[in-house]
Amino acid sequence: MKQLWCGALALLMTPAILATEMPLNMTEGVTDISSRVYHLHMTILYICCAIGLVVFGIMFYSMIYHRKSKGAVAANFHESTKVEILWTIIPFVILIGMAIPATTTLIAMEDTNDAALTIKVTGSQWKWHYSYFDQGVEFYSLLSTPRDQIEGDAPKGEYYLLEVDRPLVVPIGRKVRFLVTSDDVIHSWWVPAFAIKKDANPGFINETWTHIDKPGIYRGQCAELCGKDHGFMPIVVEALPEAEFEAWLASQQQQASLDVLEAEASLAVTLEIEELMLQGEQVYLTYCAACHQPNGMGLPGAFPAMKDSPIVTGDISAHLEMVINGKPGTAMQAFNKQLTPQEIAAVVTYERNAWGNDTGDIIQAIDVNQHGQ
Amino acid sequence: MFGFGFALVPLYDVLCDQLGINGKTQNSASQYIDNEIDKSRLITVEFISQVQNNMPWEFIPQVNRLQVHPGELVRTHFKAKNLSNLNIVGQAIPSVSPGRGAAYFNKTECFCFNQQTLAAKSSADLPLIFYVDPALPDNISTLTLSYTLYNITDKGYVDVLEQGAAK
Amino acid sequence: MNTLTQENQVSMDGSLQDDHNHDDGHHAPPSGIMRWLLTTNHKDIGTLYLWFSFIMFLTGGLMAMVIRAELFQPGLQLVDPNFFNQMTTVHGLVMVFGAVMPAFTGLANWMIPMMIGAPDMALPRMNNWSFWILPFAFIILLSSLFMEGGGPNFGWTFYAPLSTEYSPDSTALFVFSIHIMGISSIMGAINVIVTVINMRAPGMTWMKLPLFAWTWLITAFLLIAVMPVLAGAVTMVLTDKYFGTSFFEAAGGGDPVMFQHIFWFFGHPEVYIMILPSFGIMSAIIPTFSRKKLFGYSSMVYATASIAILSFLVWAHHMFTTGMPVFAELFFMYCTMLISVPTGVKIFNWVATMWKGSLTFETPMLFAISFLVLFTIGGFSGLMLAITPADFQYHDTYFVVAHFHYVLVTGAIFTIMAAVYYWIPKWTGHMYNERLGKLHFWCSVISVNILFFPMHFLGLAGMPRRIPDYAIQFADVNQIVSIGGFAFGLSQLIFLVVVIKCIRGGEKAPAKPWEGAEGLEWEIPSPAPYHSFTTPPVIK
Repeated sequence: MKQLWCGALALLMTPAILATEMPLNMTEGVTDISSRVYHLHMTILYICCAIGLVVFGIMFYSMIYHRKSKGAVAANFHESTKVEILWTIIPFVILIGMAIPATTTLIAMEDTNDAALTIKVTGSQWKWHYSYFDQGVEFYSLLSTPRDQIEGDAPKGEYYLLEVDRPLVVPIGRKVRFLVTSDDVIHSWWVPAFAIKKDANPGFINETWTHIDKPGIYRGQCAELCGKDHGFMPIVVEALPEAEFEAWLASQQQQASLDVLEAEASLAVTLEIEELMLQGEQVYLTYCAACHQPNGMGLPGAFPAMKDSPIVTGDISAHLEMVINGKPGTAMQAFNKQLTPQEIAAVVTYERNAWGNDTGDIIQAIDVNQHGQ
Repeated sequence: MFGFGFALVPLYDVLCDQLGINGKTQNSASQYIDNEIDKSRLITVEFISQVQNNMPWEFIPQVNRLQVHPGELVRTHFKAKNLSNLNIVGQAIPSVSPGRGAAYFNKTECFCFNQQTLAAKSSADLPLIFYVDPALPDNISTLTLSYTLYNITDKGYVDVLEQGAAK
Repeated sequence: MNTLTQENQVSMDGSLQDDHNHDDGHHAPPSGIMRWLLTTNHKDIGTLYLWFSFIMFLTGGLMAMVIRAELFQPGLQLVDPNFFNQMTTVHGLVMVFGAVMPAFTGLANWMIPMMIGAPDMALPRMNNWSFWILPFAFIILLSSLFMEGGGPNFGWTFYAPLSTEYSPDSTALFVFSIHIMGISSIMGAINVIVTVINMRAPGMTWMKLPLFAWTWLITAFLLIAVMPVLAGAVTMVLTDKYFGTSFFEAAGGGDPVMFQHIFWFFGHPEVYIMILPSFGIMSAIIPTFSRKKLFGYSSMVYATASIAILSFLVWAHHMFTTGMPVFAELFFMYCTMLISVPTGVKIFNWVATMWKGSLTFETPMLFAISFLVLFTIGGFSGLMLAITPADFQYHDTYFVVAHFHYVLVTGAIFTIMAAVYYWIPKWTGHMYNERLGKLHFWCSVISVNILFFPMHFLGLAGMPRRIPDYAIQFADVNQIVSIGGFAFGLSQLIFLVVVIKCIRGGEKAPAKPWEGAEGLEWEIPSPAPYHSFTTPPVIK
């Protein structure tokens, strides 16, 4: 059937569509809980199918054999208390049969005690932030699919829209607890392979956990409408064996201290405008283009344009203030938490010179660092 | 029923208080009753801080976690620093996980009861004094207390306390 | 013309006071646009409601076409994500408040007075109002799409704070239009309640009341109970956004999850508001074409009432992932599962009605049978969604989209179409074209399954709802779904043709065109006279 449709539609289809097989059922996942959820799903499905078979069977039987054209004469009965009580009680008993495994699974899912590792997951428009509670490692995780793939200018990769720049890394064989919250609107952190879906509510904290048995890369998406780019904030989790995880953690901690040093070193460096523009464009496309659009035109009424904007073409300090500290009550975030001074310098330079803004201003990392001092 | 729609708001608050549905803690100081300290149990209390995306403050707990006995009065604090060159009013919103634990988490003093104003570039230690009710159910061994800090400088909110009272 | 209308109203009031001697059969309604603007006649208003809902059905359908066209293949082709979100939002609002609910009110207006032996609805002037504010509500809602910044883009469930702090400037218009729709629904509901309680013909006891009137009566109580809660919710959104309150904003001491509790306290009974009248229609059509009395009339009434009561106890099953405590999750899971018992009773009763009947398969019966099968499938997926641990995997995926389209499209909308085919001979005095009707049915039932059935698989494979672009593994199935969508949309044009042809002419319909039909509506001539029963009929 599927082949037939595809054949008939060959003309309409773009060659960009790869023949990736889609699973037709819920994933069994890689944790004990996800497998229990899967079996629960299958049990209920089979029960429903069985009931459906009986009910529809009777209905189709009477449609075939009790039709007027076959000379069927209508019977006269129109009630039977016995039968009616029977078909109230039987479904009730079936439901109790369903409720028992559902209850035990649910109670197991909600037991977050005795976790070996705690990770705080924070959703914001439209990225995830992960922070390892006791390890001092934290980072943002952004969609890494290039824009030209989304806009159809380049062939789409295998993990189109399901790939990020920095995946969440977790160990296998240990109970990992997630504390889920949000910075702005409600998001929902969903990884099907772990059977975890937990809403990230701003100002409130939710708990969930997993215990992964198999190393691998697991992908999920935000599951609660969170604004324009709701479809573009995937979740990628890399599950590593214990030793590799520890090594990864150590390298991250090392990297973090290196980053601090690098940021300090960058303050002493003066870059040429070409270099700043090049780096700035990269930063802009990753962090800013979702709202302000790659062409700097914004979305009227929702997100202001960068081109000819009074802030972007006006006072440098006001522009820096906006990027560094954000604007309360709007979607404009404080980017000094997400970007290094070097990156902020580059993106501000880029904004002030791209799309015909041509102010000629050059901002260096040191300017960003000294902003407001 | 229109009024009922609005009546659902205080009703929800009452239910949350009683049942710990959303992990909200009480927003006024509780009296420390000289409880018997339950030395046989150790509860892990974790502190998490979160600053709203467009708020230029640093806000971190003094310690990530404490081991406390139920009934014991504990003092800790959060460090806050205003990184910007503007005066900013912040409001910390507490949330406890698991939600059921919220009812057993009693604060005798908390910076979250009031708005906090930090002048440009200044910093402060924000105190928190609490105890865990010895009646905490046995199946809870860890309480996570999260504070989300909101920038309410332009909002003109009345104090959460007053508003809570008004409701 | 003025005097005519005056007289008209006097006669309505006359009949209200049981003054059946007043002879008002001699004058025709005023003509032209004023007939429709000023009408207080239940049939005229019913017609207006039905046409309005059909126009809204096509409008919402066009938005669905935009959604399906964008999802035809991965990547962003036609619309930007912000506009896509506006389409999903307004599609939902238009279909729920503009298509399904007014269609039921239209059917109630047309049929309830005829079914219970009354001359008209009890409150004719309010009836006029409840219809005529509706077009304005939708003009306001739809015009917000053309504002700078766009229309509502936060989903028809408008979860805070996406609908408060982060919503477009047009949100006030959205709130205002919802208020008007709510007022309209409540007025319609009051009218149904007063009519059914006070204007039944002598001898029509409660347990002789046709099930359509019964189910609508219960629906009307649900409407009065929950529409004001929705009005409260949107008002809180309004004050949170524009007047500095913080019902749903954590920063001011509120709670965004509370919004969901309030919304779904309205939202779940709303689901039954959109399906209970369908049950009534089914209970009229299936016995007619089975030529056999409805099986278990009284258990049908009790089942409807218990569904309505249970519907107030299950709202949080839409919110299992928000982080509720275990005991609440268990409570809402059990209550939700329980709802399948009375719903099951209804299904079994209909099947038992068909059993050993003498069946024929005219278009209304075909739609009714497809409802029976497809709604039950929607019921099964609903039961699956009730199982909390499994719901963590289904929630906010296309599995949910498939579920509620099975209950709303092949549930509510299929019965509305069945009802139109069933009663249109009474309305127009002509038989519809059976061949075209069957063509419409087969096109619809095939395309609707191509449209919605594969969505189950998309959801199970992990595709979230409300996304404008998706991973490439979902491409093939989305393409099939989109084709089904376009086919289903086009099929509805056949329906339009059938209806217009039937209004214009066709085989003359007798007073009772269906051999097995029972009920007072078949005792008056076709087309039904302007005033249904000026003398109350005798109920045996």
